[in-house]
Amino acid sequence: MKRLFPILGVLTAILLCYGLYQALVVAPTEQTMGDVQRIFYYHVPSAWTAFILFFINFVASILYLVKRRSAQDMVALTTAEVGVVFLTVNLVTGPIWARPVWGIWWTWDWRLTSTLVMWLIYVSYLFLRRFSSGGQTPTLAAALAVLGALCVPFVYFSIWFFRTQHPQPVIGGGGSIDPRMWRALLVNWLAFSCFAFMVCWSRYRLEKLQREVDEAHAMQSLLAPRGGVR
Amino acid sequence: MNGNGYLFAAYAITWVIHITYMGTILSRYARLKREIEQLKK
Amino acid sequence: MTKPSGIVRATLLKDLRLEWRSKDAINSMLFFSLLVVVVFSFSFDPTSEESRQIAGGLIWVAFLFAAVVALNQTWAREIRNQVLDAYRVSPAPANSLFIAKALGNFIFVLVLEALMTPLFIMFYRLRALGPAWQLLVVGALGTWALVVNGTFFAAMSLRTRSREIMLPLLLFPISIPAILAMVQATTAILSGEQARFWIVLLATYDLVFTTGCLLLFETVLNAE
Repeated sequence: MKRLFPILGVLTAILLCYGLYQALVVAPTEQTMGDVQRIFYYHVPSAWTAFILFFINFVASILYLVKRRSAQDMVALTTAEVGVVFLTVNLVTGPIWARPVWGIWWTWDWRLTSTLVMWLIYVSYLFLRRFSSGGQTPTLAAALAVLGALCVPFVYFSIWFFRTQHPQPVIGGGGSIDPRMWRALLVNWLAFSCFAFMVCWSRYRLEKLQREVDEAHAMQSLLAPRGGVR
Repeated sequence: MNGNGYLFAAYAITWVIHITYMGTILSRYARLKREIEQLKK
Repeated sequence: MTKPSGIVRATLLKDLRLEWRSKDAINSMLFFSLLVVVVFSFSFDPTSEESRQIAGGLIWVAFLFAAVVALNQTWAREIRNQVLDAYRVSPAPANSLFIAKALGNFIFVLVLEALMTPLFIMFYRLRALGPAWQLLVVGALGTWALVVNGTFFAAMSLRTRSREIMLPLLLFPISIPAILAMVQATTAILSGEQARFWIVLLATYDLVFTTGCLLLFETVLNAE
């Protein structure tokens, strides 16, 4: 298992480089926006990867509520955290794309707004994990994750309708996509998904180690009581 | 900053975010490894 | 008194009776409501042309703050007297407790809204161009959306550090679709436009989240 990690790491790095090559060299230049449009090949896969991670978080949280295994809780924590990181990338690259194209940093367009709300929901999840105490954290977090996931369709649907009533410039582009652009997009998505897997694996191992250390501390204070606690 | 400047900035900041996050994971991991060696003594 | 509805009624009446007797909470909330409306009137000029457009949003933001203050302190009383532990140990189903608390909060926040609304109408010179009765429906559905999630997250925040800030931190993001719907529905009714989509969305949201909270409350109550 331990040897697999560096092998996969190297493969991921190769994929990411190939994705970069596809995005910057192979994909054709967009007609209206020019080379700036290539941000698309990082902006969109980040969001798709984050959605996959949040879906895994939803499943892991439900499993935890049913089976109560700590591995499921650790998967939930990991996917939420890494998902927020990827969503942050999406939310930062969005305005960087919007500025040269539309002249404004932020536009309350449907996709960017919905993504922002998703980001808020999962950051609140991370806050709950940090601020709640010990034993209850996994259960409370799992409950919040379920409600948060239930909220996601409402977020997208309500904001979509709102924006069809009050249209704003759309980031993310619409219309037909050249097949070479599709390929660059999919390659980068695959590369970032592998990268996300590696990051999640690392975060999972970190969490496992953290829990081991906490347990070791607890054992130590149990076996060597200080003061007169008899 | 012309178009390509924004493109570079977007790709750069993507990797800054990812590398920063990985960095925190690795440094926490190293610190915990040291701690557990200490505890096992 | 082992029937769930009996428990709901008993808990609810107890809460209402306590509120009525103490009058601390209701007096401070009364004053709070007035303050919010007045502060908003200074922040967003009521005499300008745009006020009709933003009035829907203003009112609901004010109601949202009032709801958070109300929610924070309804559970506080329970902690002070360790009532929550007693509930956990008793054979009463957790859902009955949740419904009773949510209904109590609902009534409480509705009272606050009833106090603030005439002030808003007066200060902002509001007049509904659409069917005014729909505003009552939106008011009820919207308030329930805030209260049902708020009661649930308030119970969750009980066992966290920084309890008072945790409630809005958890409540606001998840409530965003509902808040959007309430504000849009109110604005539409005030401007005489079609509000049906938003009202249906709000009702669906209420249904989904009431069910979700009911299913998860027992787990949250017993989390340890």
